Amino acid sequence: MKTKKISLIFQWILIGFMVLVACFPLYLVVINAFKTHAAIVENPLSFPVDIYWENFAKAWRTGSFGTGFLNSIRLTVVTTLIVLIASVPAGYVLGMKKFKGMRAVQVYFLMAMTVPVQLFLFPLYATLSRLGLIGNIYAVCFIIAAMNLPLAVMLMRTFFMKVPVQLEESARLDGANTMQMLRYVVIPVVRPGLITVSVLTVLNSWNEYLISTTFLQGQENFTVMLGYLALNGGSVTFDQGMKMAGALMIIGPVLVFFLALQQHFVDGLTNGAVKE
Amino acid sequence: MRTSLRKKAYILLLLPALVISVSVVLIPGIQTIWSSLTDWNGFSAEKHFVGLANYVELFQDRYFHIALKNNIIWMVLFLTIPVVVGMGMALLLLYRKKGRNILQMIFLIPYVLAPVVTAMIFKNIIYNPTSGLLHFINELNIGLDLSNPLTNRQFGIIAVAAVDMWHFWSYLMIIYLAALRQTPQDQLEAARLDGASFPQLFFHVYLPNIKQTVWLLSIMIVIFSFLAFDYVNLLTQGGPAHYTEVLATLAYTSAFSQQDLGMASAISVVMSGFGLIASVIYIRLTMREERE
Repeated sequence: MKTKKISLIFQWILIGFMVLVACFPLYLVVINAFKTHAAIVENPLSFPVDIYWENFAKAWRTGSFGTGFLNSIRLTVVTTLIVLIASVPAGYVLGMKKFKGMRAVQVYFLMAMTVPVQLFLFPLYATLSRLGLIGNIYAVCFIIAAMNLPLAVMLMRTFFMKVPVQLEESARLDGANTMQMLRYVVIPVVRPGLITVSVLTVLNSWNEYLISTTFLQGQENFTVMLGYLALNGGSVTFDQGMKMAGALMIIGPVLVFFLALQQHFVDGLTNGAVKE
Repeated sequence: MRTSLRKKAYILLLLPALVISVSVVLIPGIQTIWSSLTDWNGFSAEKHFVGLANYVELFQDRYFHIALKNNIIWMVLFLTIPVVVGMGMALLLLYRKKGRNILQMIFLIPYVLAPVVTAMIFKNIIYNPTSGLLHFINELNIGLDLSNPLTNRQFGIIAVAAVDMWHFWSYLMIIYLAALRQTPQDQLEAARLDGASFPQLFFHVYLPNIKQTVWLLSIMIVIFSFLAFDYVNLLTQGGPAHYTEVLATLAYTSAFSQQDLGMASAISVVMSGFGLIASVIYIRLTMREERE
């Protein structure tokens, strides 16, 4: 009995330690966002004594967060829309229909899932620069959408496979055409899939770095991530307080979004990797 | 007649996804493989076929060896630390019905943060030796003199990988946990009746049941280890003096700083090759398993 109690305490110590590891860097961001640089240099672990709000205004100005947030929202919304518009019909066909060549399409998307960005990045850059599309946010949306599509298609497929076939057949007998079928019969059943795919795509495109830093040249095209990077570069930027305030402003919306929809996020992560 | 009409409708529905993917991934991908056999600089019209010259040059390049070594270090680190921590935490959460959801949520927070933000947090407030946590520890005068680990030639790559592991481990935990929860109850009951200890339970009941998932994730880790880019580029850009270079940053600088697209493409093809080998091994293994 006693060993069981000791083991239980030991388990909680391990869990507590990992909670600390996960939260400690964020704790540093939160407390230091409200301190002056001098106060941070003195002790980065202490709570702020005088709340120093100026950090937020400084970060907002220096990192051009105004345009940055607008561009990030635009990029995220457009990318997610493209992914949904393309993955829903594809997932429907792959999940509910049978025809020759379907297997090949499936294998193609599975393979596209593990292709490294670098395998297509450089010719894509050459092509877009020839077309004068460097700095064009919609071109970037298109590329990021293509990177998110394979997983989205495969996820939508698994959700469509859950739609009972009888439901579709009876609707078909009532004379519904394919578009009506999708709208009134199928979509309501796969709504959780739509949310899961959207949540994953929103987070991926909001957090995206490699494609945006390559293609979104020119300060006016920067996403908030690139603005934040610029704030960390330059010469004025020894100011730790400002950097932490900037980080907090970017983390905030993501955390709210994640906490509100975390179950769908977890579903999306586990769906592909765990066989049921 | 009717079936062919239907097939046309299916193709129409598949078309948006296929067109986007083929135009962004497949066609440029093939162009990269082709470019790796040329001396193209990326923008001029001149493009000569040079055979395998880029590959020969690459395999003799000192920086390529450093990069490859770093990718392998990265792989070894990721196949051990996050796997052990992720599995351990998954097992600890498995029986905790009450705390499970909230702990899972806390652990996932680092995973949903942007690489840009995570990297800058570590670079500034933790690793920075003049105003970060390290500076503070040095000022305590307890005999420690820590320098910036990111500029350390030997351990720089580990300092970078540490940030990515902080971000990544909970993903493994979530998947392991989901897989562990599907272990058949009757097997667990039978093992308990036999008086199995927890390690026995883990190695003889849980692990065989989630073997497939563990393998899948390990292969994924191998593939992604050869693609690592974001944190390296954000934290060290391959420096100091190329000591933290990985294949992806090497390819990136070849393409955009040295305007050597042929070489950049060759590196990309090599990177993809490692992923392909890993995938083939995985498919082989699962097929052998199914035959048995």
